[in-house]
Amino acid sequence: MEANQATPVKYDMEVVRWFTIAAAIYACVGTLIGVYVASELAWPFLNFDLEWITFGRLRPLHTNAVIFAFGGCALMATGFYIVQRTGATKLWSNGLAWATFIGWNLIIVSAVITLPLGWTSGKEYAELEWPIDIAIAVVWLMYGFNYIMTIGIRKTSHIYVSNWFTMGMIVMITYLHVVNSMAIPVSMTNSFSIYSGVQDAMIQWWWGHNAVGFYLTGGFLAIMYYFVPKQAGRPVFSYRLSVLHFWALTFGYVWLGAHHLQYTALPDWTGSLGAAVSLAMIIPSWGGAMNGMMTLSGAWDRLRTDYILRFLVVALAFYAMSTFEGPVMSIKTVNALSHYTDWTVGHVHSGALGWMAMVAYGAIYHMIKKLWGVEKMYSEGLVNVHFWLATIGTVVYVVAMWVSGIMQGLMWRDYDEYGTLTYTFVESVSAMHPYYAMRAIGGLIFNIGTWIALYNIVMTVRTASSARSASAVPANA
Amino acid sequence: MSDHDKIYSTQLQDKTERSTLLMFVLTAIAVAIGGIVEIVPLFYLPNTAMCQNDPTCNNTQHKDLNGNVIPMDKIIWNPATSAHKTLDDWQPGDGVRPYKPLELAGRNVYIREGCFLCHSQMIRPFRDEKDRYGHYSIAEESMYDHTYQWGSKRTGPDLARLAGKYSDEWHRRHLMYPRDVVPESVMPNYFWLNDKKVDVAETVETMKVLTIMPFNPVPKTIYTDAYIAGAAAELEGKTDLEALIAFLQSLGNHVKFEEGVNYRD
Repeated sequence: MEANQATPVKYDMEVVRWFTIAAAIYACVGTLIGVYVASELAWPFLNFDLEWITFGRLRPLHTNAVIFAFGGCALMATGFYIVQRTGATKLWSNGLAWATFIGWNLIIVSAVITLPLGWTSGKEYAELEWPIDIAIAVVWLMYGFNYIMTIGIRKTSHIYVSNWFTMGMIVMITYLHVVNSMAIPVSMTNSFSIYSGVQDAMIQWWWGHNAVGFYLTGGFLAIMYYFVPKQAGRPVFSYRLSVLHFWALTFGYVWLGAHHLQYTALPDWTGSLGAAVSLAMIIPSWGGAMNGMMTLSGAWDRLRTDYILRFLVVALAFYAMSTFEGPVMSIKTVNALSHYTDWTVGHVHSGALGWMAMVAYGAIYHMIKKLWGVEKMYSEGLVNVHFWLATIGTVVYVVAMWVSGIMQGLMWRDYDEYGTLTYTFVESVSAMHPYYAMRAIGGLIFNIGTWIALYNIVMTVRTASSARSASAVPANA
Repeated sequence: MSDHDKIYSTQLQDKTERSTLLMFVLTAIAVAIGGIVEIVPLFYLPNTAMCQNDPTCNNTQHKDLNGNVIPMDKIIWNPATSAHKTLDDWQPGDGVRPYKPLELAGRNVYIREGCFLCHSQMIRPFRDEKDRYGHYSIAEESMYDHTYQWGSKRTGPDLARLAGKYSDEWHRRHLMYPRDVVPESVMPNYFWLNDKKVDVAETVETMKVLTIMPFNPVPKTIYTDAYIAGAAAELEGKTDLEALIAFLQSLGNHVKFEEGVNYRD
């Protein structure tokens, strides 16, 4: 009976359970591949002269695995969870949700097969080839349609703020994926973008930055707006701030992509416009971060004992940090130094590890307890261990990339007293070695945390399941 | 009035929050605007190398120090006005041209192996980049690059003006075993490209597809039916390694840049 109380039967939560477990597994795998490709840059012998695991083929697998496998499953798990709970309704279609789960995982499997084979469209973060792109569009629309229809059949009067963010993500990712993936095939495994040069670059970074803006930020803000208040046991600090946060980000974030193309052959106005709006985005981003932080007003003492809350709060701190760093990097004079360097990689990971993964794990732990109807995780202590590994790993990673990125940028532009370049390119490569090693170690620390989380989750589920069947047997007897 | 009906924000916001359809429509409009403003003009403005059916490329005017406009056929190779009429006759400096079959096969290898993840092909207008790599890249130079390859990271050096910097033999040794030539390199060994034969059918199909692109297709006066028909014979028996070297040796020597010309506006 206890178990049923925590997960009322009126919700369709089985598919959410599967998405949650899948997210926890993909986090381990995706970051492990990341550690491996990072190690290849530090110790190139790790390419082992096998074409399928060379850096150029494995790196897209890492990005696809963390963004679309881990991130995607985390978003779909939390999305289906939140939309039911905030609307006090079952899913519009449980069957469509299951089809989404199966379809999404088949896409992930196809990525694991095709990317090491070198079947790539050659577009960063959109590498999957055209047949898989079509499958992504179909499954994404199934997810989006089901989600929006579930909002439509909600029993509550207002749509909750998390669902605004998820709806924005659903619409924007549809636009981005369809427009950016436009290509003419030459075979089942190869195709070429219908755009070229300047136009292709702009469309690619419109995609690239908004995959960050709407998927990795908007979608995860939906998580923040539901799970931070739930875990803290307090209402969102400011409703009006969340209205501002949503509309400013939704309208503004779209403009930022051009800041990836400063000083390229793109017309100058485009990058400048992107940078100007990027700077403006500090305001709603920090407003949103404060909104999350201040939700803890009067509950800060719980950080001592509530390890899940620690994940959520540190995630917000990284969100605030990254949304300040990003606009700074979009300023032309800073971008002149930072572009093409590891600083960009560090920035992405302070967002992806510090913000996205941390807030996702906060939500995953919270959901695991609710979905399986348990009071505590198998080991609350291991949640704390995971928290510290994740935090330390992220900091080590990001610091390594800050140092190496800024050092690279400065070495490339340095002149000696005779007016010639001080360093050859390869001198900058060898200067990076210690930082590439440090980055791999930081990533490894983070990765170990994800395995501990998976172990903890599996044990929690097993314990909950056996407790349930034990209590069920006497009832039947 | 019950709590239920109280408006905590504005009437429009409250109405939007109560209506799935209105929330959907307003969101769909809000997220569309930025992209439209930044992307659509790039298909109509000058200096974006959008040149299809328009030899002036939307009235692009690169001017020299005396204010004279550089004719576009000095920048983009035009067989009709050039002294060199076919791709085989084309000489460096004749202007931007599409890839020859073997180069195109090499470009497919370049994309397949994810070279763009570590090597950019976009030189910025800075003194150090000019000294290190050469003249800054201009929009026209990548107008035939369907799936552009500007890249975003320089784990290795920029390759936009690699043509002619090293010999074919240097490239062969460097690609096969990079650390034999550059001990500090972190590039994977690509000796196995020497054992792979070029995919002839796919390369020929790529040429055909490039002529039917909706934006900046390769003119059929350059990729003529006869030229495409002859490509297979040229590619037969060539390795991926040879193709990749041919591609690398074609990068960045198309345009003859003149002192004092602003090629960015």
